[in-house]
Amino acid sequence: MKKNFIISILMTVVTTVLLGLLYPLLVTGLAQVLFKDKANGQLITKNGGVVGSRIIGQAFIGPGYFHSRPSAAGNGYDAANSGGSNFGPTNQKLMDRVQASVADLQEENPGTPVPIDLVTTSASGLDPDITPAAADFQVPRIAMVRRLSQAQVRQLIQQHTSGRELGFMGEPRINVLELNLALDSQTP
Amino acid sequence: MTVNGWFQILLFLALIFAVTKPMGVFMARVFNREHTFLDPLARPLERLLYRLTGVDENHEMRWTEYCGAMLLYSGVSMALLYGIERLQQWMPWNPQKFPAVDPTLAFNTAASFTTNTNWQNYAGETTMSYLTQMAGLAYHNFASAAVGISLAIAFIRGIARREKETIGNFWVDMTRTTLWVLLPSCIVYALILVSQGVVQNLKPYDSVRLVEAQQVQRVGADGKPVVDQAGKPLMDAVATQTIAQGPVASQEAIKMLGTNGGGFFNANSAHPFENPTPLSNYLQMLSIFIIPAGLTYTLGRMTGSPRHGWAVWSAMAVLFLAGVTTAYWAESHGNPLLKGVDQKASLTQPGGNMEGKEVRFGIADSALFATVTTDASCGAINSWHDSFTPLGGMVPLANIMLSETVFGGVGAGLYGILIYVVLSVFIAGLMVGRTPEYLGKKIEAYDVKMAMLVTLVFPLIILVLTGISSVKGFGTSSISNAGPHGLTQMLYAFTSMAGNNGSAFGGLNGNTPWYNLAGAATMLGGRFFMIIPMLAIAGNLAKKKFVPPSLGTFPVTTPLFSGLLVGVILIVGALTFFPALSLGPILEHLLMSAGKTF
Repeated sequence: MKKNFIISILMTVVTTVLLGLLYPLLVTGLAQVLFKDKANGQLITKNGGVVGSRIIGQAFIGPGYFHSRPSAAGNGYDAANSGGSNFGPTNQKLMDRVQASVADLQEENPGTPVPIDLVTTSASGLDPDITPAAADFQVPRIAMVRRLSQAQVRQLIQQHTSGRELGFMGEPRINVLELNLALDSQTP
Repeated sequence: MTVNGWFQILLFLALIFAVTKPMGVFMARVFNREHTFLDPLARPLERLLYRLTGVDENHEMRWTEYCGAMLLYSGVSMALLYGIERLQQWMPWNPQKFPAVDPTLAFNTAASFTTNTNWQNYAGETTMSYLTQMAGLAYHNFASAAVGISLAIAFIRGIARREKETIGNFWVDMTRTTLWVLLPSCIVYALILVSQGVVQNLKPYDSVRLVEAQQVQRVGADGKPVVDQAGKPLMDAVATQTIAQGPVASQEAIKMLGTNGGGFFNANSAHPFENPTPLSNYLQMLSIFIIPAGLTYTLGRMTGSPRHGWAVWSAMAVLFLAGVTTAYWAESHGNPLLKGVDQKASLTQPGGNMEGKEVRFGIADSALFATVTTDASCGAINSWHDSFTPLGGMVPLANIMLSETVFGGVGAGLYGILIYVVLSVFIAGLMVGRTPEYLGKKIEAYDVKMAMLVTLVFPLIILVLTGISSVKGFGTSSISNAGPHGLTQMLYAFTSMAGNNGSAFGGLNGNTPWYNLAGAATMLGGRFFMIIPMLAIAGNLAKKKFVPPSLGTFPVTTPLFSGLLVGVILIVGALTFFPALSLGPILEHLLMSAGKTF
């Protein structure tokens, strides 16, 4: 037993160096050489400043932008504090929150049911995407504020829609930050 | 439900089927110390490790010594993790200057990662330094996985060996698991994840200027909006976003392959930096099952009965399909209480219950992930189980209650189901009225008693502690959802911790003295009180004589056996937990159908 006790201490130390330090540092080194942009979070630069990460969502609330999903990360889209609402399906707070969002959104499109992702918080609170249905729902507002035709806005959405990966994995989606940046560059 | 969703689910099972044999053969060769293609790289490293630590690789251990070595190693490495957490403010790679982790939280976390649970009462990006994540948490992802696999191999040896006192050498088994199976695959897998967008760096968090500056309500320490004298809510201007970074991919790889599940970030595999694309998501789900599925073949091969391995695999596949079908069905139907929304699946949206789910994964991949992560004792999440519909959320809970034997945790899943196999063979023996045999070994009173001990400890811990929590203020004050859902939150917590899963109904506030300390005890009990009787069975089986099969032997290679095994698992699980489930998710489902909210 004493021998095994000494081994357990030595084994902990040696494997901590190997698995806890050498392994992650090796992977960091290789990642920084092979996939520099991806390993650092795919940051987008505009006019000399960093304006976001391509795969981390931001809040958009103004009428001239496509809105992101509601977020429960911190005060909303806090990328240093990820998380969901964790509201259960029978929680009255969930009903109230969704009801309020639906009421707001239906002012744009009276009578049209709102696509569900547009009124629900994501799991990370940082969801960079919305569904094509959610983008389409916002077309009339964007077209009016940006003085574009609905067809022009729809075309822009189409250009920024990613299909399922390899044709079957995941769901079709639109990156909100990229779409809004494209919108800004089209009609500054 | 969509055709595409079903295609993803069935392809997933087909791919797991395809990797089972190659993975199983490889692991059998590693643990039988036969030649493998990795020897030129791994063997010198192995020798070096033994020289540094003084391990005699030809020494064989009885089950008691094997168990002792495993407990010593777990204890020492757990103490080191606790030390790292408590001293992280003095150590390097802490760019955000996080202070020491509080004692009860540090203890809970140390117990959690040592037991392969990865229950998290903290949010990674606001609590843990990069060094703690790498050398403390990710290290234990390797260590606890290696321990689990070693134990499963020891159990298999117990079945396979005849009239022997020993079941292998713990140090050799865990070293070979690490150097041949875990480390090489993690290096490759981590880089694949980076290529998909999982971050891997040691830089401080980035601050970016938002495209559209925001006005947000100021929230006080009590979680309520702060108002000015006129009663209007105070607004803060937010123009920047801080983006958490870190060495994520290296941790992500072992988190999935070792069925650990502890996220680098609070949102776990829902966070775009942990799981950026549908492809990374699919790979993560596959990597949870690869080793546990392979181990069923290792079992068949090392005991000389490959068909027995497949019979066990089939029983697992049946339970897997039952779970994923229920979860996918329930989540696709959405929440009937929400009005004015479109929850129907169409070409432009997946529809369904999207609260707590990511758009890129939709319903099918979220339901599949939830099923896989709780079939195995992984506990990673890509959607919040707390926000699932009542029946959808019952699937992960029930999966853990069935002791995570559906492929299960690495190693833990195999020795878990072998306990059920022993019980099934025993029950079959009772039915025909003769001493049961399992692969040529007589199953006698001692073995069945130990198997029953394993089966009883688990519900005892869960039901007693959930019961205490539900009548005491220190238990119920952590609930975040009222009504039956609150009971489910506590039930899920103790089930997840006792089953060493680590997923949660995340609304429950676990960072309180009660949940930290009772939780740590639950996790340690759930792991080691199961391992000790399990190893006792292994040691006892190894000693026994081989009995050649006769006409009266119940064959363990047939569909009949698989069916009996499924039956025993379901009956034991249902009899134990049905009353608790009926007060939680089942009641909530009925009330939801009646339009009731809380």
